[in-house]
Amino acid sequence: MSTVLFWVLAPLAAASGFLVFRFNSMARATISLLVSFLATGGLLILLGLGYLGVVVILMMVMEMVIMAVFMIAYMMNPAGLMPMAMYHNRRWSLVIGLATFVLLAGGIVVVPWPHRAATPPKDPTFQLGTALMGAQMLTMITLGFALFATMVAAVVLATHRGRYDRFGDDLKRRPAADPVRGGVER
Amino acid sequence: MVASAPLWSALLVPVVLLGFTVAALAVDAMLAARVAGRRMSVAVALGPLAEVPRLLVGQRRTTRAPDALLWRLGLLTVPVAGVLAAVVIPFGHVTASRMDVGVVWFNAMEVLTWAGLWMAGWGPNSALSMVGGYRFVAQGLAYELPLMFALIATATGAQSLSVADIVAAQTQLWFAAWMPVAFVVYLASVYAFSFLGPFDYPAGRDLAGGVLGELSGIDRLVVRAGQWLLLTAGAAMSVPLFLGGGNGPLLPAWLWSTVKTLAVLGVLVWGRRRLPTIRADRYVEAAWVVLIPLTIAQVFVPALVVLRR
Repeated sequence: MSTVLFWVLAPLAAASGFLVFRFNSMARATISLLVSFLATGGLLILLGLGYLGVVVILMMVMEMVIMAVFMIAYMMNPAGLMPMAMYHNRRWSLVIGLATFVLLAGGIVVVPWPHRAATPPKDPTFQLGTALMGAQMLTMITLGFALFATMVAAVVLATHRGRYDRFGDDLKRRPAADPVRGGVER
Repeated sequence: MVASAPLWSALLVPVVLLGFTVAALAVDAMLAARVAGRRMSVAVALGPLAEVPRLLVGQRRTTRAPDALLWRLGLLTVPVAGVLAAVVIPFGHVTASRMDVGVVWFNAMEVLTWAGLWMAGWGPNSALSMVGGYRFVAQGLAYELPLMFALIATATGAQSLSVADIVAAQTQLWFAAWMPVAFVVYLASVYAFSFLGPFDYPAGRDLAGGVLGELSGIDRLVVRAGQWLLLTAGAAMSVPLFLGGGNGPLLPAWLWSTVKTLAVLGVLVWGRRRLPTIRADRYVEAAWVVLIPLTIAQVFVPALVVLRR
């Protein structure tokens, strides 16, 4: 059962990943990338990493849909219906891409993997998390806070709908000056 | 308590889900008849089912230069998401999949409709349809985070992401009783991901039907059915999450599950006609300014209770 699923999901992940660069529509390229991620999420579930696999599916659907909206909005032809390509320098991008894939995939086959000495742990996701981040937990948490603070600061600096924009310099203007009427506080 | 059924039982999930959906549609048709001042009868209740053969033989609309692949894929995603979401819902004391991350699975499958409706809106190469698809993405950004915190509240209360454990944690007291905010936010989100009732903005009448605008024949049947399957799956999931699952006095577990699911479905179907449509740009502000802080505060309640235990 899991062997069959692997041979369905793995080629699907690789093929739809490749198709991203064959489609000439931004919408199709994005959905193709999404299919690739969904298949990868399925492979993670097959590995027994249920939580990681399902979270990959959950996050990637949301991310790819939002990405599609922005990619199409920022395209030279806003409708996104004119032919486009996802690559520059066709020949070399193809060579580099395929060479990297062969190198990494070949590495999996060539490396002499150790035999399992003990039974698999009850919760492999927890084990994987400990193995990846255990020793660096303090660094990771600090980094997480720093990244989050940076995001909040960037949004606060960039927004044109902060307190002073909405309520005036003395914060007394009512109702707030908003582009759309209705909502909270007005 | 909740035991895992054999693998073939997964095939029963769409059947049971469809049964509840037909019941919901019958009640909805009766309520529509009452509002219109017509007599309520069996024929009226079966009206939605009579639509099925009409849509099956009806001609499919085609548009100029559609992206047929994405269009059909998007339409199919809606009912598929509804059925897949229902796989982890226990019925009485049995469940098709005793997945240890059932809550996250339900959430992920419901989010598939984001991609589905966006594709369904994009596909036909029609402006109103595409605006409908984009409206659903905007609505998704508004409803999703409060919904996630509502789900996290139940998972925190049970200290587990497994639906079976969440049911087991409610033998004393239903989560709906001491997590009312999460319960209400969850029910609102059920309307939102099935784009029905107050959240029918993506398929709004002001958009000539929005995402549904260019659909006829079997295409329309697939999305309309998917929409109601999602509503039913959402109502059914509220039973193990907030209403104690199949637990209850006297009656057998499967009957309690049925009664509770029908009760929640009844409330949702009734409320669908009582609430006005909310624009996504208004709901997003209410969701982010009011509901997210409220649901985070709600998560603190089970977190503190669990810590004290």
